[in-house]
Amino acid sequence: MATENTERIFDSNDTARQERIKQLKRGVQSFTQNKLSVIGLLMILTLVFAAIFAPYIAPYPEDAGPGVNYDQASQPPSLEHPMGTDTTGRDIFSRVLFGARLSLLMGIVVLSIAISIGVTLGLVAGYLGGKTNTVIMRTTDVFLAIPPTLLAMTVVAATGASLINVMIAIAFSWWSWYTRLVQGEVLSIKEDEFIESSRALGSGWFRTTFKEILPNVLSPITVKATLDMGFVILVGAGLSFLGLGAQPPTPTWGAMIAQGRNYVTSFWWIAVFPGLAISFAVLGFNFIGDGLRDVLDVEVN
Amino acid sequence: MGDTLLEVRNLHVHFDTYDGVAEVINGVDFTIDEGETAALVGETGCGKSVTVKAIMGLLPAARIPEGEIVYKGQNMLNLSDAERHARRGREMSMIMQDPMTSLNPVLTVGEQMTDVLKWQGRRRLSVTEWVRDKLARTSDAEYRERAIEMLADVDISAPERVFDSYPVELSGGMRQRVLIAIAVLSEPDFLIADEPGTALDVTTEAKILDLLDELVEERDTSVLYITHDLGIAREVSDFINVMYAGEIVEQAPTSDLFADPQHPYTRGLLESIPTLSTGIGDGIEGHLPDYTDPPSACRFADRCPYAEPECREVYPYPRQTDDEHAIACHLFDGPPAHERHVDIAAEPVNIGRPPWKESSETNSESDAVADGGSIQ
Repeated sequence: MATENTERIFDSNDTARQERIKQLKRGVQSFTQNKLSVIGLLMILTLVFAAIFAPYIAPYPEDAGPGVNYDQASQPPSLEHPMGTDTTGRDIFSRVLFGARLSLLMGIVVLSIAISIGVTLGLVAGYLGGKTNTVIMRTTDVFLAIPPTLLAMTVVAATGASLINVMIAIAFSWWSWYTRLVQGEVLSIKEDEFIESSRALGSGWFRTTFKEILPNVLSPITVKATLDMGFVILVGAGLSFLGLGAQPPTPTWGAMIAQGRNYVTSFWWIAVFPGLAISFAVLGFNFIGDGLRDVLDVEVN
Repeated sequence: MGDTLLEVRNLHVHFDTYDGVAEVINGVDFTIDEGETAALVGETGCGKSVTVKAIMGLLPAARIPEGEIVYKGQNMLNLSDAERHARRGREMSMIMQDPMTSLNPVLTVGEQMTDVLKWQGRRRLSVTEWVRDKLARTSDAEYRERAIEMLADVDISAPERVFDSYPVELSGGMRQRVLIAIAVLSEPDFLIADEPGTALDVTTEAKILDLLDELVEERDTSVLYITHDLGIAREVSDFINVMYAGEIVEQAPTSDLFADPQHPYTRGLLESIPTLSTGIGDGIEGHLPDYTDPPSACRFADRCPYAEPECREVYPYPRQTDDEHAIACHLFDGPPAHERHVDIAAEPVNIGRPPWKESSETNSESDAVADGGSIQ
């Protein structure tokens, strides 16, 4: 009999586990085939490494603070100061390393808040539909219509400039993208037969949405979150450039550029190196995001 | 055969569409006794799945303007969502049609099975409940044991491994077994089997049906099989309801139906079964009517080879002929079928003879058709 045959083949070796390993290998392979995503991964690993070990790598860790050292002011890049020094004599390389910490922290915190709000609302709106859906999605539309930088600026202007406020402000303007993404996915998944099947077996709406549907929308969320890391860092840098983020002397990349923008013609390195750091982070996350999108085979927007 | 378990009375289901109201189910009556296995037979699109989903309460977009679904003496349509939810899975369960799509692809078989045991009947799980569950690991082992036992009961030879597998790692037959295991896991009193095994090859399907038969026999579960195949219905059920375009056109105990099929649609279905001796069968000409604008009289009239003017003017209500055999058709020359009987089992009437029986000499064409039907 056909079934017995298939069952015996299934028994004879550990097909299930092997198949899973094979699938994982295939995923890794298709990710590594794309050179850019590997480069992106290396870039981000470097960044994370730099952020974690900043106090040990930085040649002048004390320069992350308000140190003033006019002897060394505005030195061009040299072996002693790989990225030069700023107008108060602080080592830019050290400050860029410490800036990586704040940028990554910003990305992680903002996205954690935005994703938990956005995904929950998207799931509920998509699954329950009807009036709940209308209310949530129209609110989302309103938030989507306002540019995130502008909205974040308004929030920070109202609550006062600080790193925490900037993070909350960006998250506040960011969740709506996840709501829309997830709601769309849920609309298609909830018509799948396994959802109806689980309902027929007695699964309530809460379990159905969070246990049955949520795992099925994790891939697009992951891809979007990776791509968004770069953008959040960019928006965060923009706000701190405008002086709305962490206050000096905290070494954020945006603030460092702001500080150097008056001297671009004479001391170009003060603004250029933090700028390059921002590009480095944004590019890295975008490369990874693109690679993941190909591997997980999802469409985001 | 015990007491009545489920009684569907004059059920109407409407869907609001952009083309108007689709009257998909139009006055369906049937009953299922405790421990009985019945079948709902009809071609694709005739409303079988809608009927059972209405029974399960899985039709959020539908309106049910009329009718009763009485389960264990309670009209399900009067119950609140929460009360119906509490019955789903525990009291009445369902095996879905397609084993390929009816299991969640991202959860292991084991997770899906233990979840059924854990969360069934609970409307929502509170955070404290969730934390308590996470702390009380002991209960998981118990659930696991029960689930693996159940997998072994559906003849899966490596239940532990299947328990830890994802659905993609299993063959179609295995998945169908898993679906059955999940549906029977909480020992429901009433089980709906929506074309189980149809998506599988014929030998596997036969095995699955045997297995299901055995399981429900052991547990004394009442089963409603949904199928488009009269051959399968004959195999698995005691009683057959033939459905056409949202109406039950004929119902009879299985042996009666095959010995003496009375409605022209049933006869057409029987002739459509391919046989070795006479080729692939004749089929029934025409299509199902448009549900948004159905014929007000007999819905089968346009496809019926014997249709009379009356069939297009007056709605045929079901009449009980002899014991338990009921049909909705005007073609018999007995008393007219113009009124709805409150209880179709009230008193059998002699509905007379259909045209294809009395005119065997004059009309040789229809005679041939009738003979073909009775061979089955």
